[in-house]
Amino acid sequence: MTGTYLGMPAFPEAAREAVRDEVLRANLRHATHTIRDKRARAVAELADWDRLRAAGKAVKDHTLRHLDRYLLQLEAAVTAAGGTVHWAADADEANRIVTELVLATGEREVVKVKSMATQEIGLNEALEAAGIAAYETDLAELIVQLGHDRPSHILVPAIHRNRAEIRDIFRAEMGSWGRPAPEPLGDDPRELAEAARLHLREKFLRAKVAVSGANFMVAETGTMVVLESEGNGRMCLTLPETLISVVGIEKTVPTFRDLEIFLQTLPRSSTAERMNPYTTMWTGTTAGDGPAAFHLVLLDNGRSDTLADETGRQALRCIRCSACLNVCPVYERAGGHAYGSVYPGPIGAVLSPQLRGTGSAIDASLPYASTLCGACYEVCPVAIDIPEVLVHLRERVVQGGPVTRDGVRVTLRPADGHTAERAAMRAARLLLDHPGALRAGERLLARARRLAPRRLPGAGRAWTDSRELPTVPAESFRDWWARERSTPR
Amino acid sequence: MSSKDRILGRIRRALRDDAPAAPIPRDYLPVHGARTPAERVDLLAAHLAEYRAVVHRTDEEALPALLTRLLAERGARSVLVPPGLPAHWLPAQGPARVPDRAEDTPYRLDRVDSVVSGCALAVAETGTIVLDGGPDQGRRRITLIPDHHICVVRVPGQVVDSVPQALPLLDPARPLTWISGPSATSDIELDRVEGVHGPRTLEVVLVGPQ
Ligand code: SF4
Repeated sequence: MTGTYLGMPAFPEAAREAVRDEVLRANLRHATHTIRDKRARAVAELADWDRLRAAGKAVKDHTLRHLDRYLLQLEAAVTAAGGTVHWAADADEANRIVTELVLATGEREVVKVKSMATQEIGLNEALEAAGIAAYETDLAELIVQLGHDRPSHILVPAIHRNRAEIRDIFRAEMGSWGRPAPEPLGDDPRELAEAARLHLREKFLRAKVAVSGANFMVAETGTMVVLESEGNGRMCLTLPETLISVVGIEKTVPTFRDLEIFLQTLPRSSTAERMNPYTTMWTGTTAGDGPAAFHLVLLDNGRSDTLADETGRQALRCIRCSACLNVCPVYERAGGHAYGSVYPGPIGAVLSPQLRGTGSAIDASLPYASTLCGACYEVCPVAIDIPEVLVHLRERVVQGGPVTRDGVRVTLRPADGHTAERAAMRAARLLLDHPGALRAGERLLARARRLAPRRLPGAGRAWTDSRELPTVPAESFRDWWARERSTPR
Repeated sequence: MSSKDRILGRIRRALRDDAPAAPIPRDYLPVHGARTPAERVDLLAAHLAEYRAVVHRTDEEALPALLTRLLAERGARSVLVPPGLPAHWLPAQGPARVPDRAEDTPYRLDRVDSVVSGCALAVAETGTIVLDGGPDQGRRRITLIPDHHICVVRVPGQVVDSVPQALPLLDPARPLTWISGPSATSDIELDRVEGVHGPRTLEVVLVGPQ
């Protein structure tokens, strides 16, 4: 993915650093717990949540199964509506296409809507190398960009920063990018948001080119969909003359009707709202309203390789809601930076090693960045069985095996230094191949939960210095599942 | 080989041995709960207010007076008017009307205080109004740049219960904007702050038989 992440230490080292950072842990804990509780309430409002989740999963699986056909249909629909479609096999090609499109307009700056795909390919750095300034306009992304920092959460990229740090960043940096922060500047969120409004407005009003991603692309109609809160998305999607959207090929859905599922599940899973403040849908270009030129860059960059792995491909269903980050005990303590990828948390732990391969130390360590507690699977609105993929990837790291890289089937050799894991994997597989044994073990744990200590005694004490022991649920997930699923609603 | 052929080839090889996908279950609910038209409008009002939109209710006759008052309370000196806004909604006196002209730059729109628009429909369960660029709504930028947006919803006719009911009524070929409360951010310690880039104040006027 991006050069920013090259040379990142493997997850265990990065996480060890992060858990020593008290401010970071406090910020993260507050944030993840707040969203997590709100989300549970928002989800409980819909009596048919399980059915929406099953439908969302099925739509995504169906699309992936026929992805070639839907991409061609999408291309035809976007073209018929006045847009231009480009295909990018990897990050370099996508960056080259976008850079050339921007240069062709004669402009040297672009405004950007928060987009994971453009972070994944390192677009801002590529544009900078070509002499083009790319301004992030999402408030959190602005904080990250001005702070010369990296995002640490999918939805709230600056979740690791508190208000005082943000004020200091604005004061120190806004002036060198455009309109300086007002003086005096306090650390009230209202004041900080106002400073961002003034700073960015001058950019929106003069912008001629915008770059975005998209949450969904509708094959049937060619409609692009962006969900957001602040209005920076609407500004970028409607004011400039040229709009370039870089979107992963897995973001396709077959029909306009399918949006009825995701418009109900995505906002509730991500910001815990019934609906996010703004959703923009556009189809090609519309005379007199919005950009006169629309370019769609369809990005592969490891996605078709991921599709080739029957267990791992379910990660492509992800709609980037970030619910799995907010419930993950490992993310809560380690923070997003430890994952060394634009995709942090549980989804990052399964997506990054598939998109990038497990060749580097960080990517080989990511499948281990989990306690396999299963909380991520329970909240996921498209039912990605993240623990299953993690175990699958661990096996791949430890034992090697067939994978697809750049469209070619190759056989990986076992990674070095994983002898102990190899033994553990054999034991785990024994357990996983004998579901009865696993079930019994989980139940035993649930029954003994009151006996579980907060800190480990003896040699384990050092381990719990930087960790809290996970609380054992009253009921094992399997029991809960069996009970919930067998009760018709 | 073009990148398009390369990507499609990889996808086809990846899926070569796959069975056809299972059908998509559509047994989720088309609507959550049963409501009378009046209850539907009440729910819309409650959900809009919960996300900090200011909600007003009035009838056709009293609409011009209400709009005049709301604009005066904001001290608006100019108001953007979509081309097809019913002429009688805004009385001749009051703030200067600014038509939406193609040649106007965003800078010029930034100097306008308020905008009044209609809508395509509203969704009660999510507290959402949807604009589709119709004549009483105008192009997307006019309801975006001014800091004060008054949106008029005809009730109960323009109100549906749910998202699944809304989509079949919308034309995907038109630019669509779904608005649920005013612009907001929670990016700083998750404290919700209204009004970042979009209009900081959203007033929704529900017009219908009282
Ligand atoms: S994996 Fe599931 S829960 Fe996590 S971000 Fe993706 S869709 Fe959301």
